[in-house]
Amino acid sequence: MDLIQIKDLSFSYPTKKDTLKNININVEQGKFTCIVGENGSGKSTLLKCILGLNKGYTGEIIKEQHIGYLPQKSEIQAHFPATIEEVVLSGTISNNVRSIFYKKEDKENAKKVMQKLGIYDVRKTCFADLSGGQQQRVLIARALCATKSIIVLDEPTNGLDPSIARQIYELLNTLKNEENITILMVSHDIERALNYADKVIEIENGVVTYNGEIEKYHNKHCECPCHHHDEEKEDGGAK
Amino acid sequence: MIQNVAEMMSHIFIQRAVLVGVLISLCAALLGVSLVLKRYSMIGDGLSHVGFGVLTVATAFGASTPLYIAIPCVTISAIVLLKIGNNSRIKSDSAIALISSSALAIGVAATSLTTGMNTDVCNFMFGSILAMSHTDVVISIVVSIIVAVLFIVYYRKLFVVTFDENFAKASGLKANRYTNIIAVLTALIIVVGMRMMGVMLISSIIIFPALTSMRIFKSFKKVIISSAIISVVSFLIGIYLSYIYNISTGAMIVIVNLVLFILFSIIEKIKN
Repeated sequence: MDLIQIKDLSFSYPTKKDTLKNININVEQGKFTCIVGENGSGKSTLLKCILGLNKGYTGEIIKEQHIGYLPQKSEIQAHFPATIEEVVLSGTISNNVRSIFYKKEDKENAKKVMQKLGIYDVRKTCFADLSGGQQQRVLIARALCATKSIIVLDEPTNGLDPSIARQIYELLNTLKNEENITILMVSHDIERALNYADKVIEIENGVVTYNGEIEKYHNKHCECPCHHHDEEKEDGGAK
Repeated sequence: MIQNVAEMMSHIFIQRAVLVGVLISLCAALLGVSLVLKRYSMIGDGLSHVGFGVLTVATAFGASTPLYIAIPCVTISAIVLLKIGNNSRIKSDSAIALISSSALAIGVAATSLTTGMNTDVCNFMFGSILAMSHTDVVISIVVSIIVAVLFIVYYRKLFVVTFDENFAKASGLKANRYTNIIAVLTALIIVVGMRMMGVMLISSIIIFPALTSMRIFKSFKKVIISSAIISVVSFLIGIYLSYIYNISTGAMIVIVNLVLFILFSIIEKIKN
């Protein structure tokens, strides 16, 4: 089953024509899909179209109603006074936009998610005081409060140490395997991300240049040095 | 001191000022938290200058209740300022500087052409608790209640939108709508509050309580509650001192806010 189907999607910014051209892709349930591509290739734009942040595209996007989203870091959050609990709980907002207060089941849900991700005991800590990796963990918890099926991440490991980045990937992998959460991720960090992905969508200049299983992607790019990963060595260097 | 307070409160105009002041301080503090966190602090300043321009022009043309003209004008400016900040080649800080000095200039020109720089104009600049008419009081109360109620109703959404606008949009919230609500409410509070605080000083009661609270408190809810308390307490101390020592009320309130800010900053340093 496909949680997201995109048919013939094209999108142009006022200043940049054809940011995306005739995209046809789908995101399968229970899979870890990674969208890769250079800066400016259109991968974040594609994500924003899927999430409804970019309007005015042509083509069709059929998607799951509740998507948990982990945006790129915003500068505002660096000094924002908010506890982990407040941030995670805010993820439930899409379940009942109308009501004035959080419902009991939302609070229960947030508690479960925080326990699962090991942040419940520190829930009163200020989000801004956390390390980069912990912050991403909290934002993943928030995304999980918004959905039971799919989370979409935009460069979740940007600016993280390799060892911490690996923990984030491990966490996503666990969520996929244990909670049956579908993962759709945009990443630069191709070499590491592809260790965990099931499927790859590669975008260049707004066009999909690869869409399929991870193994064939490796074969296709066998001359490319980027996937000759040597994780042990890299992690060792970070410590 | 109790005697002083009793004597102070026996004046009708001070009763009015205290009532209006408490309400406005409370609302300004609530809005201030969102404005400061969204980096919109200067909007308060810009809007107060627009308010000044409109009020002076309206007074110059002999409008009986200038607030009726000022409220819609400043509200529109607030929305325009936010729009400019979001997507335009002129960035929001420049836009605010442009609009506020232009409005100030038009206001000053209008007064020069008609009445000249009289006490009315001076009162707009630096505030006067004597300036509150009965209509002003009624408008202030109504506006304050609207702000407080909307704030409580939209509290959850304001948090999401302030903390992470993209996440809010992806969750199906109309983030721009809430930003506009904040802008409009800010405009209302500024127009109503500037009679007492003055154009030059009104933006401080929006910014100070939020910044002061953020020195010590690390949760959104606590910052909101503490801002509201700090704001009201500073107002009450400020108006009392201004009465006792015969100092301009607006200025005294800002000074009390400043002292609290310094105090909280010191506590923060000690705690760390």
